[in-house]
Amino acid sequence: MKKIQRLEMVDISKSFHGIPANKNINLHVESGEVLGLLGENGAGKTTLMNILYGLYQPDSGDIRINGKNIRIHNPLESISHGIGMVHQHFMLVQNHSVIENIALGYKDTPFFFPKVSIRKKVEAFSKEFNFSIDFEKKIWQLSAGEQQRVEIIKALLNGADVLILDEPTSVLTPQEIAELFSILEAMKKNGHMIIFISHKLDEITQICDRVTVLKKGEIVGHADTSDTDKKALARMMVGRDVIFNINKEKIERGKKVLTVDRVNILGDKGNMAVKDISFSLYRNEIFGIAGVAGNGQRELAETITGIREAESGEILISDKDITNKSPRHIYDEGVSHVPEERIRFGIAPGLHLYDNAILKQHHLDKFSKRMFIRYPRVKDHAKALVKDFKVAAHTINTEIKNLSGGNIQKLILGRETSDQPALLVASHPTYGLDVGATEYLRKQLLDLRRQGSAILLFSEDLEEIFELCDRVAVIFDGEFTGILDADDPRLCDIGMLMAGTKRIDIQDTP
Amino acid sequence: MEDIIVSVLFRTLVAGTPLLLATVGEVICERSGILNLGVEGVMAVGAVVAFMVTYNTGHPWVGVLAALIVGMIFSLIHSFASVTLQANQVVSGLALTMLGLGLSGMLGKPYVGKPLSIKMQNWEFPFLSDIPFVGEILFKQSPFFYLAVFLAFGAWFLLERTRLGIQIRSTGENPRATETQGINVSMVRHLCVIIGGGFSALAGAHLSISYSKSWIEGMTAGRGWIAIALTIFALWNPGRAIWASFLFGFIFVLQYLLQPLGISPNFLAILPYAATLIILLIISLKDHRKLNAPAMLAEPYKRGER
Ligand SMILES: Nc1ncnc2c1ncn2[C@@H]1O[C@H](COP(=O)(O)OP(=O)(O)OP(=O)(O)O)[C@@H](O)[C@H]1O
Ligand SMILES: [Mg+2]
Repeated sequence: MKKIQRLEMVDISKSFHGIPANKNINLHVESGEVLGLLGENGAGKTTLMNILYGLYQPDSGDIRINGKNIRIHNPLESISHGIGMVHQHFMLVQNHSVIENIALGYKDTPFFFPKVSIRKKVEAFSKEFNFSIDFEKKIWQLSAGEQQRVEIIKALLNGADVLILDEPTSVLTPQEIAELFSILEAMKKNGHMIIFISHKLDEITQICDRVTVLKKGEIVGHADTSDTDKKALARMMVGRDVIFNINKEKIERGKKVLTVDRVNILGDKGNMAVKDISFSLYRNEIFGIAGVAGNGQRELAETITGIREAESGEILISDKDITNKSPRHIYDEGVSHVPEERIRFGIAPGLHLYDNAILKQHHLDKFSKRMFIRYPRVKDHAKALVKDFKVAAHTINTEIKNLSGGNIQKLILGRETSDQPALLVASHPTYGLDVGATEYLRKQLLDLRRQGSAILLFSEDLEEIFELCDRVAVIFDGEFTGILDADDPRLCDIGMLMAGTKRIDIQDTP
Repeated sequence: MEDIIVSVLFRTLVAGTPLLLATVGEVICERSGILNLGVEGVMAVGAVVAFMVTYNTGHPWVGVLAALIVGMIFSLIHSFASVTLQANQVVSGLALTMLGLGLSGMLGKPYVGKPLSIKMQNWEFPFLSDIPFVGEILFKQSPFFYLAVFLAFGAWFLLERTRLGIQIRSTGENPRATETQGINVSMVRHLCVIIGGGFSALAGAHLSISYSKSWIEGMTAGRGWIAIALTIFALWNPGRAIWASFLFGFIFVLQYLLQPLGISPNFLAILPYAATLIILLIISLKDHRKLNAPAMLAEPYKRGER
C-alpha cells in the first residue's frame, strides 16, 4: 500500500518576469501509472515539475495528494511526501565523488561515516541496474552519460512513491534505457507512479500509459498511448507533420579535412583514455563515432578542439598541424565545437543571450573593432540566430540561463554552424531537442555536409548515427573496434563492437 | 642553545593557537560557501567579552563561555545579511570587522591598564611535561592550545566523515543541487557562519585572557586577516590548517627574533601573505582542481532562480 494513491495539479499557473511559463495546468496521476509529458522546447514541462518538486512556487493553483490540498515549499517537503525527481540539468556536485553525491540525498545515510556505510547497499543496487562505475571518481571526471546514470541511481535509491523523470534518457545507450525501463515497469507494478518527460516519442509510447501534451505553457491535448502513435503525438505537439526519417543524398566526399594520426590522450584519472587512434575525415562527409559513454569520446572531442592536450600523435586540419594548439587558434582554423555538457562548456550562464551568441567569435572583425565589441552587429546576429534556429526566447537581452534546456542547445548549434566551419565536432547535438527541432537540426547538419563541411558526430543514439553518417567508427575503451561505411552489412554487429567483444580490422582508406 | 630552541618552539605554538582557532572556523564557514571577512571583528569582540567577564567574575572559563556565545550571536549579523538578505558578502564581512573593532575598543576603554587577577592558567601534564624537550614544548601549553588542536581534528572529522559534512561541502559547491536533495541550504549556511563566529571568538578569548593578561586596545593586531589568508593557504582543509597555523606562528616569533639582527619587522609581517600567494601560485600551476576552493564561495544563493 503506497502513501500516495492519487496526485493532482489543479489550475497551476506560473510566470517569470511577467512571461507565463505555465497557464492553468491540470493533470493527475494515479498509483501504478506512468504519465508522459510531451512538449516542444520551452513548453514549460520542467517548470511544471519543479513546481511539483517544490523548487518553484506557483503563482496560483493547488497540488493535491489523495484529494487533500497540500503546499510544497521546498524539496525537503516534497521528498517527505514521497516525491523524487531526476533533473534535466544534472544536480550533481562536480567536485565531489559519486558516493558523496549519492550520500547527500539518500534517506538512509547515517550521520557518522556516511560514505563507507552506504557503499555496500549502493553497490548492490547499482549491480541490478548494470551500472558499473568507480564510486570514488569525481563527477567532473565522468561523461555526460555516466553523470546521467548517477542522477538516476540517486532518485531510484530513495524509492519515492512519485518519481518525476525529466529527460532521464537523453544521453543513455539503448541498452541502458532498456534496463531503466525494466526497473520502471517493476516500480509501476508495485504501485509507484511515474511522470516521464522525454523528447523521444518511441520511449513515450513504450513506457507511458497516458500522455499529456504541453505547448507554450498550456495543455493542448491528452492521449492514451494504447490508441495513438508517434505521428499523431508529434502533430499534437508541433502542430504539423514531422518527418522522422530524412533521406540523405549520396555525395562524393571531397578533400581531406581532418587527419588524426596515432593520437594518445590521458584521461582525468591519469589512465590512457584514447589509445593510438587514427582516422581521417573529408569534406562533404559525416563521420560518426558510436560507443557507450566514457570510452574516450569526450577526451577525443576535447583534444581535437584544443581543450585537452594529447600525449602523443598528430592532428592536422587541411595539412596544418593543430596538435595541442589553443582552442582559439583551432577555432580560427575553422573547427567548431558543440560540447556534450552545454551548460558547463557551451555557454556563460550569467551573460546575456546576445553575448553567448558570439562566444569564441568576439575577436572576429565582424563583431569587434580593436578593443571594442560592435554591439549593434552582435545583437543583429543574435536576433538572426534566434529567428533561424527558432530559439524560444522573449528577448535577446535575457540571461541565457533563463532559457529552457533545449533552447540553449539550439542557440549553441546556431552559433557553431553559422560560420560554415571546415570541421564541426558535435557531441550529442540533438540531446534535449524536441522532435521538431531535431528534424530541423539534422537537416541543418546535412546542409552543412552538402555545402562542404566535414562533421565529426559523437552520439550514443544509434538511430541518429545511421541516419546521418557516411562512415561510422565504434569506440571501446579508447580504441576503435571498427570503422565501416554506413551501408556496410557488418554494422548489424554494432552492439558487439560497442561492447568490445568483437573487432573488425580497421582499413581507413587514406 | 637548546633553551632558545625550546623557547622559540614553545612560543611558536602559543602564537599559532589563535590563528588555528580562527582559521578552522573560517574553513567551516567558507566550505558552506560563505566568505566571512568579519573574523578580525568577531575576534576583537570575543577578546573584550572574555576579558570583561573574567575580570568581573574571576572565572576564566566563564569568560570563555561568554565570549563563545557573544561571538556566535555577533556573527548572526553576517549570516543574516549574506544568507537571508543575499547581500554582498565582502561588504557585510568588512562591516562586521569595523563594527567589532569599534565595539571592542569602546567596551574595553574602562579596562585599559587593569591586569587580570586570575588569568587562564597553562596546563602542566604530570609526567608528560617532564619529558625533556618535547614535554617542555608540548605539555605546558595553554588550554586553548589543546582545545584548538582538538577542534581542528573535530572539524576535519565533521567535514570529511559525517553526513552534515557532506551537506556543508555540497552547499558550498552547488547549493542548487544540494537543495534538490532536500537540504535546507540557508540553514546550513547560517549554522556554519555561527560556528565560524564561535571559533573566532575563542581565538579572541585566547589573546585576552591567556596570551596576555591585561587589556590592550587592538590586541587582535590583524590576526583575523591572517586567518583568512591561512584558510586559503590550508586549501580549506582543517587538517592542513594545523601545521599551516603553526608555521605562521613561527613566522610571528621570527619577527621578534630577527628584529635585533636588523631585519625590519615590517618585512616579516608581510611573510604570511606572501607565503599564501606563493602557495596559491604553485598549486594553480600544477593543477588548479587541487585548489579545492568551494565553487560557490561568496555567491549568494537565490531560491527559485536558474
Ligand atoms: N527561472 C527562470 N527564470 C526565467 N525564465 C524561466 C525560468 N525557468 C523557466 N523559464 C522560462 O520558462 C519557459 C519554460 O521553460 P521550461 O524549462 O519549463 O521548458 P521545457 O518544456 O522544460 O523545455 P525543454 O524541453 O527545452 O527542457 C521558457 O521560456 C523559459 O525560458
Ligand atoms: Mg525541460
